[in-house]
Parts: sequence; C-alpha cells; structure tokens
Amino acid sequence: MKKLLLGNAAVAQGAYEAGVRLVSSYPGTPSTEITECMATYPAEEVFVEWAPNEKVAAEAVIGAAIAGGRAMTCCKHVGLNVMADPVFTDAYIGVGGGAVFCVADDPGMHSSQNEQDSRHYAKASKIPMLEPADSAECKEFTKAAFALSEQFDTPVFVRLSTRVSHSQSLVELCDREEQPLKDYEKNIPKNVMMPAMAIGRHVFVEERTRRLAAYAEHCAFNTVERNGSEIGVITAGISYQYAKEALGDRVNYCKLGMVWPLPEQMLRDFAASCREVYVIEELDPFLEEACLAMGLPVKGKQLFTLLGEYTPSMIRKGILGEEPAPFSAPREALPARPPVMCAGCPHRGTFYVLSKLGLVVSGDIGCYTLGAAAPLSSVDTTICMGASVSAAHGMAKVRGSEFAKKLVSVIGDSTFIHSGITGLIDIVYNKGINTVIILDNSITGMTGHQDNPTTGKTIRGEATRQVDLIGLCRSVGIDHIKVADPFDVKHFEAVVRQEVEREEPSVIIAQRPCALLKKVRYTGHCRVSDRCRKCKVCMKLGCPAISLEPGTGAVSIDVTQCNGCGLCVGVCPFHAIEKEEN
Amino acid sequence: MGTMNIMIVGVGGQGTLLASRILGNAVVRRGYDVKVSEVHGMSQRGGSVVTYVKYGDRVYSPVIDRGEADIILAFELLEAYRALPWLKQGGKIIVNTQRINPMPVITGAAEYPENIGEKLGALADLTAVDALELARRAGSEKAVNVVLIGVMAKSTAIPYEEWLDTVRTTVPEKFLDINLRAFELGYQL
Repeated sequence: MKKLLLGNAAVAQGAYEAGVRLVSSYPGTPSTEITECMATYPAEEVFVEWAPNEKVAAEAVIGAAIAGGRAMTCCKHVGLNVMADPVFTDAYIGVGGGAVFCVADDPGMHSSQNEQDSRHYAKASKIPMLEPADSAECKEFTKAAFALSEQFDTPVFVRLSTRVSHSQSLVELCDREEQPLKDYEKNIPKNVMMPAMAIGRHVFVEERTRRLAAYAEHCAFNTVERNGSEIGVITAGISYQYAKEALGDRVNYCKLGMVWPLPEQMLRDFAASCREVYVIEELDPFLEEACLAMGLPVKGKQLFTLLGEYTPSMIRKGILGEEPAPFSAPREALPARPPVMCAGCPHRGTFYVLSKLGLVVSGDIGCYTLGAAAPLSSVDTTICMGASVSAAHGMAKVRGSEFAKKLVSVIGDSTFIHSGITGLIDIVYNKGINTVIILDNSITGMTGHQDNPTTGKTIRGEATRQVDLIGLCRSVGIDHIKVADPFDVKHFEAVVRQEVEREEPSVIIAQRPCALLKKVRYTGHCRVSDRCRKCKVCMKLGCPAISLEPGTGAVSIDVTQCNGCGLCVGVCPFHAIEKEEN
Repeated sequence: MGTMNIMIVGVGGQGTLLASRILGNAVVRRGYDVKVSEVHGMSQRGGSVVTYVKYGDRVYSPVIDRGEADIILAFELLEAYRALPWLKQGGKIIVNTQRINPMPVITGAAEYPENIGEKLGALADLTAVDALELARRAGSEKAVNVVLIGVMAKSTAIPYEEWLDTVRTTVPEKFLDINLRAFELGYQL
C-alpha cells in the first residue's frame, strides 16, 4: 500500500519495519515528528521515550544496542552537538543490535539558531552516513541503516534536512520484520573504552572505514544516471531533487545516498566520463572538498552559495545559464511578518515585566526566544539550550554584583531539565547571586507540545512521576524559590524586584500553562472602552490582537485574534480594557 | 501531465497545514505523484507560513520557485501580496479578504499596504472571498482553511464527490460536520 507520508513519518516507518526496539530522543525541529510517530506504534513492539536531553537519549540508544536490541535516536543538527561525546566513542564500541543516529539539518534556519552541516560529524567521528532525498528513501534508508550497522559493527547516521523531513511524498508500507535480541556477552575489550582497549578499537575503526569505503563503491545507496550528456552533477539528498527538477535529463547524475565514506573510484569514473562536473550541495562544500582532494576538477561553491536553501532556478541559471521564469512583484516594500508569541502566551506577562524593569535578560531556546522581538525587545542573549543560566553566571562574575542585580536568566521548564540545572548548580557551587526565572508553561512548547519530565506524562500519555521543580532547585542549594503567575503583573513585578536585589542565588518559577494547551480555556474577548486615554501601555505587550487605528491613534482589539486571556485588562492603568463574555 | 504547482500562504495558526494535507490526499487518490512541503516550529508562531503542493506524473523538488505557481491560495491579504512573485504568468490567486496586522504594523514601524485586492486584480486572475464570514456561517472561524479549499476545488479536475471523501478522511471526526459545511459554502461560491 502506498501512502503519503512526511519524511519524518517515513523514517519512523522504516525503523518500525526494521524491528527497532527502543527509540529515545529530545524534541527539536525539524526532527521531532519522527519520535512522535514512533509512539503511534504498539508499546509492546517498541519502547519510545522523550529523554531529558540528546546526550541521555544517545546513551540510552547505545546501551540498548550493546544489550542486543535495535535502537534509534533522532535530533536536530544542534542536538548532535549535545550528544557528540557518546557518539564519538560509540564509533569505537560499535553495536550489538543496530544503532541509528538520525540527524535533521535546517538549511535556511526555518527554526534554528545556526546553519551547521552535520555531514562533518560523519567524517570526524568515522561513522557512515546515509542521506535520503524523499520520503520513500527515508523509509528504505532508515531500514537499511540498521542492517548496515550490524553488518559493519558501527552506529550509522541518517541525515535529513528540513525539506526532506517536512515534505510529504509517497511511501510503500511493509510489515515489521521482528528481530530477535542478539546475545548479550560481557566483552571488556569492545565495550569498555579506556586507553588500552580504545587503542585496539581505533585500529578496528580505521579498518572498518576502509571496508565501508569499498562497500560504498557498489552499494545501492549510490547511483549513476547517464543521460548522454557531457555535463555531470554530483549531488545528494534534497539537492538531488532541486538539480533533477532544474536540469532534467540534460545532464548525468551521480547521486550519493551514502555521503560518508565516499566511493572514490565511482566518483573518479564519473568525473572522467564528463567534460564538466558540478557538485550541488546545500551548506558546506563537503562533497566538493572530498572531490578536490581526489584531484577531480569539480565546480561547486564558486557558483553556488554557502548560505541557505537552494532552488531549481538557481541551479538552472548556474549551470545552463538560463534565466528564471518571469514574475510580477509588489511595487512597494511590504511589512515583514515575523513570528510572535501567541495571544494568551504566558511569556508575554514575564517579558512585559522584565522589559519594564530594564533588566538584562540572558535568554534560552524555546518560544520565549521571541521575547527578543519588538516591542518587548527584552532578551539580550540566546546561545543554546541551557546557556541562559550558565552564561548569566559568567556575566555576573566578570561584571560584579551590581550588574548581577540587574540580570535574570529565563529558561523554559523542558530546557531547564535539558541543561539548565547544571548551570544552576554552577551558580550555587561557585557562590553566584543570580536570579533564574523558570518559565513553567507545563509543556515543551516550541516544538509542538511534547511532554517532558516536569509534565507528569510520558510520550504515550501515561502518568509518571513528575519532577518537582521546587524540590529540585532546593536540593541543589537554592534557598529562595518563589512561584508567581506572570499574568498577575503587579505581584510578578514585586517578586522579580525582590529576588534580583538579593545577595544570594534565587529562582522564580513563572507558572502559567501554554495558551494552546487543550486544558487552557480562556473565554470571551477583551474590549476597549471610552475610558481609553491612548497612553499605549497595552501596546508594549506586543499582543497580536491589539493595534492602533491608523490616523486616530485609538486602540482597538481584533476579536478574531483575541482569546480573552485578560493580560491587557490588568496592565491598563485607566481600567479602560474590559473582558466581555461571548 | 506536467506538474501542477499550488502554493498555500497565510499566517501561523490559520490552518494552512490542514489545507495542504487535504489537497495532498485528494490528488493522491487520483494516482498522481505528489509532494507536499510544510513548515513547522518557530515560523508557525504567528509568522508568515508557506506550504507547497505539487502533483503530476513525476515531482522532484517539493518547493515551488518564483514565477512557477499555477494557483496561490492565500489565507490573508498581505500574505497573498507577498506571494505574488511566486505566481506563474497567467496563474490564479484565490484570496481570503481577511486582514491580520503583522507586528511591525501593530507597533507602528510599518504600514499595512492599501488596496491590495485591486493591486493583485490588476496583475493576476483574482478571486477574492470573505472566507472568515463563510467559516462563521459553517459554524467555526477555524474552518477558513476548508472554505478556501472548497473555493479552489472548482479550479481542479478532481470531482466534487472525491473532494468530499477526502475531507471526510482527513479532518478530525469531531469537526467533520462544520468542515463539510465549510467546504460546501466555498465550493458553491
């Protein structure tokens, strides 16, 4: 049966068909739906979990594989940075049951803080990497990755990109092939990576890479398509689709489904058969540099950008010199429409107060990164998961306690568990006085509502022990912990003022659930009465429902956007905004 | 057949994703090769959202280039205007006449362009629809997406009954009646 599937859903289907027994991941766009889809398969066939972070997830997968079961973790490109430590050493240990690390890059940074190219990890860690180009290949390659993993005693990367992960195309569905657990045997030289053993395993790794390179020459992942042209294109993944659409049958293709290690002889033969050879790949010149190192006269980044996503027209222009299709364009500059916090977002109350107090805000990764956007413009820094806490510690230490009293960290509940808690321990241990605000909205928001250790539910929605944030903070040595509702603006402001002044570290838990959660039911909508004095305080909230009437400067509330959360009612100094029930 | 390129644009939260899925499922039933490209994550939070649906004998790129969309289905006026460069010469724009102010307009840093409908009408084959009003009539403002799919359905070779079947199998059971009414109101326009 053929079905229209998202690339991510197809990866999940491939892993399911391959008999995967354990999937452990931390959510991250554009990889999240793989693990969500895994949780739709029967619990008795596959154990699926959200782990506290990517490193924990990868280690669970490595353990499962050592114990003889097929296992997979899925992350976004920056998640691979978090899990790099166990991944590099697992390259030495290898597997029992097959282990797959699925990583989704985000060219164009649709939802990311950088544009790193994960292929470098394959080369650096000496782990083979497959790269599917559509949903059908997502399924086939993922399934094959488990077999490859066991055949060569290596973990295997499957690399995706946003347009592969988040495009639907047709996939042929098959039944699951149950895999018996491999025998578990104690094997110290293979599984205990201390110097004496690792030295031996490094020899194995280099020899394995040679065997994988030989395998790459003839494997089904890599294909050559000859169309009788003098032009050749070496490409992989989504770039193949762009090239194929742009150039059709007018060039020859060498499509690499395995992007590490590379089939040197195949590339040499392909290049020798063409007068001109181009490498088409988004982001870094990974394949191009490998070809140049082989002495092949290929052209790539001298024609095509290192930045963002490619398009067929860009490729057509670059290689054939053909102009793009004609089009009409607006004759005026259009206002941008950047993402904003939703109407009713609990973070809006928090950032309104922080902005009003003029505090330096060490930010983090989540919906609340949008606290940097106008008009709140509250967030000063965003680096990576957890850095709001640890970077603020560094800031406070170099600039002293007066600066520390004008500084807060903001971090979501899930991000705090991911890697904020370690920074908090650093602050306590090394005698910092920082204030950390945990934005507890009862869910992992930005990636689309995943449960986490603070929500009390597993990925399958079963009840489980809930991390007690207050108890956790107290146990690491925080004596001052306040829980406050960011929509009770006056109280929240008083709490923040009090805690930042303190000569000791403190935590404020800003508690209010995400407005998009089903359990949150705001009703009615807000309305501006004739008491309005046009002071524009409400405009500082950056609420998508509140705007100024052009010309008159009167405030109006769009009832199609307003969800009746009532934050503006509390903020208005003249009590001019009223709640109206429908 | 060659590839049919349909671009769906709107504001995060308007339900463009469901619209693209209904469309994708409808064309799969006809035996076409199809690719549907979606957006998830940060850009969904009230920002401009763009999804692409491409179908034909064989589809390669899931993304539509400038000047190559046969139909632009726009959930909001400004987003229709923003998408104009993607329209093929002679292509068709179906636009919901709803206006949603983006943050730079709300804060006063920019102005919402005037008379977008007229400007688009001068440059393209335009169908303007008050889909929000029709959605309200169907029973929920959230059904704007299915109203617009209904309007667009008439521009395709897919029979009415097949569209209804696809709506039935794609939307959540709970909202089926509202969505069937919404489709009908769009289709009858």
